[in-house]
Amino acid sequence: MNPPLIRFTDVNKRFGPLTVLDRFNFAVQPGEKVTLIGPSGSGKSTVLRILMTLEPFQEGTLTLGDLSYHEPNGRGPFMASDKHLRDLRKNVGMVFQSFNLFPHMSVLRNIVEAPIAVLDMRRDAAEARALELLRLVGLLDKRDQFPSQLSGGQQQRVAIARAMAMRPRVLLFDEPTSALDPQLVGEVLGVIRTLAHEHDLTMLLVTHEMRFAREISDRVCFFAAGRIVEQGTPERIFSSPEQPRTQEFLKSVLTGQG
Amino acid sequence: MMYGFTYDTSSRLAYALSILPILGIGLIVTLEAAVAGFVFALVLGLAWSLLRRSRIRAVSWGAACIVEFIRDTPLLIQLFFLYYVLPDYGVILPAFLTGVLALGLQYSAYTSEVYRGGFDAVPREQWEAATALNLSRFRIYRDIVIPQTIPRIAPAMGNYAVSMLKETPVLSVVTVLDMLNLANMIGDRTFEYLVPLSLVGLIFPIMTTLCSVGIHALERILPKAGVALR
Ligand SMILES: Nc1ncnc2c1ncn2[C@@H]1O[C@H](COP(=O)(O)OP(=O)(O)OP(=O)(O)O)[C@@H](O)[C@H]1O
Ligand SMILES: [Mg+2]
Repeated sequence: MNPPLIRFTDVNKRFGPLTVLDRFNFAVQPGEKVTLIGPSGSGKSTVLRILMTLEPFQEGTLTLGDLSYHEPNGRGPFMASDKHLRDLRKNVGMVFQSFNLFPHMSVLRNIVEAPIAVLDMRRDAAEARALELLRLVGLLDKRDQFPSQLSGGQQQRVAIARAMAMRPRVLLFDEPTSALDPQLVGEVLGVIRTLAHEHDLTMLLVTHEMRFAREISDRVCFFAAGRIVEQGTPERIFSSPEQPRTQEFLKSVLTGQG
Repeated sequence: MMYGFTYDTSSRLAYALSILPILGIGLIVTLEAAVAGFVFALVLGLAWSLLRRSRIRAVSWGAACIVEFIRDTPLLIQLFFLYYVLPDYGVILPAFLTGVLALGLQYSAYTSEVYRGGFDAVPREQWEAATALNLSRFRIYRDIVIPQTIPRIAPAMGNYAVSMLKETPVLSVVTVLDMLNLANMIGDRTFEYLVPLSLVGLIFPIMTTLCSVGIHALERILPKAGVALR
């Protein structure tokens, strides 16, 4: 096996007195598509947010490729300098539940802003790439619209194109369809499915869409109370979960989904 | 005779008409002071609000104290301080510049509050999305946060601009030749103060009304032009 691209080793994460991750260990191979499932409050978003550097953690180590989330001489995690954090973020992109497009920018500008500012791409090259991505998500005709003129599903597809424009090695999805009306879920899952075919792209997906998770993931991790209680191939987790907590959770969500 | 214009005191109306061109010259000074002072207040207020958001505790705390101090001292005292005390330390500024600095300094305390409200109203998710795209803090402020605050803060800033305009007559106490100062000087020479002072007193409400009308028009036009005012 290759060395993992992402490795959490004994990571502790607390919010004040509340321990969210307790000696958390987790590794992801390059190109792997991993789905995180589990009850509300179990720490799934926290794992993604730590990877995106949006959340500091207290103890343990986290590495992404050969970069550590520690500053080499720093005093504990996340004493890292801005420059170090920006090097780390180069590899990671994130798609949020609430889309978070920039409301004052057109669709095209939303997508080209960061490649021009951060990757020093020339505007014409950035726009060409943005149009390619808009074609991929099926929104080429919306390039000059503003986010408020788009449906939730369309906004989320733009958000995916925006994240991909930075050419991340790792793309994080935190419940990308949970804020959508049911009839719009399919179009967003369709785009994620397309990305899942990209061999080199590593994906971490938090979702309640169990059927979709089963279809696209290489591995499913069941979270409860800040730990991975059980993980394995989707077939195994969904067909023959071993842990009672997994069985219980799957029963509750699957009956909910009908 | 002032600035080449003679006073015609044959009747009140003739007197008023004859001194209007003189007051017009003062009006230009008044407007220049207000515009320059407000631009300074906008820039300095932005600087205060950014310093107050610094991650370095001493910086944010220091900026908050300075802003509070500026807000709590009267404009007139700040003006006297700049005009009469600084020269003792070798800093000699022209009266007009002193006035502009004092106005701008005082109003920077108010505009920094407005900026702060504007920044606080930008959702945390916007910061997170921008961070996830690896934009630098400078870029996030310049391209993501500040543009989103502008429509929110514009009405409050407009109101402060109008009230600053109304405060410019204090500059006459440090010899700036604004409208009020010229009106006073005309009165000194003609021994007739009622007409010049009344004219100045009328010109201010006319100007502020015009400004208010302008601000309301903007509040109507901007949303139609796609700029949301929240
Ligand atoms: N900023 C915060 N401050 C305090 N507590 C927080 C904060 N963010 C998350 N938590 C707590 O941490 C725990 C884990 O939260 P997290 O968002 O990771 O859960 P989750 O598995 O994503 O849940 P959900 O399915 O509801 O999104 C929860 O108990 C939550 O209340
Ligand atoms: Mg969550």
